[in-house]
Amino acid sequence: MTAVELLIYTCLVIGVVFNSLGVLGLLRFPDLYTRMHATTKATTFGSIFTSLAVVVYGLSMFFSQNGSQYLNLAIHAFLAVAFLAFTNAVSAHAIARAAHKSGIKPMLAVVDRLEEAKL
Amino acid sequence: MIDVWILTVVCLVVLMALATIRLVVGPTAPDRVIALDTVNTLVIASMILLGVVFQEIIIDDVAIVYGLLSFVSTLYIAKYIGGEL
Repeated sequence: MTAVELLIYTCLVIGVVFNSLGVLGLLRFPDLYTRMHATTKATTFGSIFTSLAVVVYGLSMFFSQNGSQYLNLAIHAFLAVAFLAFTNAVSAHAIARAAHKSGIKPMLAVVDRLEEAKL
Repeated sequence: MIDVWILTVVCLVVLMALATIRLVVGPTAPDRVIALDTVNTLVIASMILLGVVFQEIIIDDVAIVYGLLSFVSTLYIAKYIGGEL
């Protein structure tokens, strides 16, 4: 096993473990906001790492076999995961704001600054 | 070298099936929306891996368009839930 394969395996294992933790939090947490806290961050982190494995694979195949389609694969995987990282954060913020506006309150929260602020 | 990519895709598909449980039993509408958002993120990640499995770059392009369309639909549902529509 070469060093590049070891790096790819490590990235894939980290990605699958963090995706599993995100889905476990989605199933087990008691509240909407805690579920969103688990899924958004952990699933985005895991997807970044599984796509980083694809980028490392494409770059290593490009430098060893010198085929331009592998560089194309790496660039497109990087673009997809960049869009994913930005849009996940924005959509999670929009859903949390809309849920708070529609009357769903945090279950075990001590302070609620958004309710105190007059918006 | 191909086998580990397929194994990772199978793991992500199992996680999608587990997230569908929350999509079915979720008590409120925003719970279902975040379950759908999780399934969309896992679909994009597995599409990027399937581009390596089948050695096709077009699947990664499909993943980019799928991500942007799911972002727009999630924002639209969020505006509907917040009562701004």
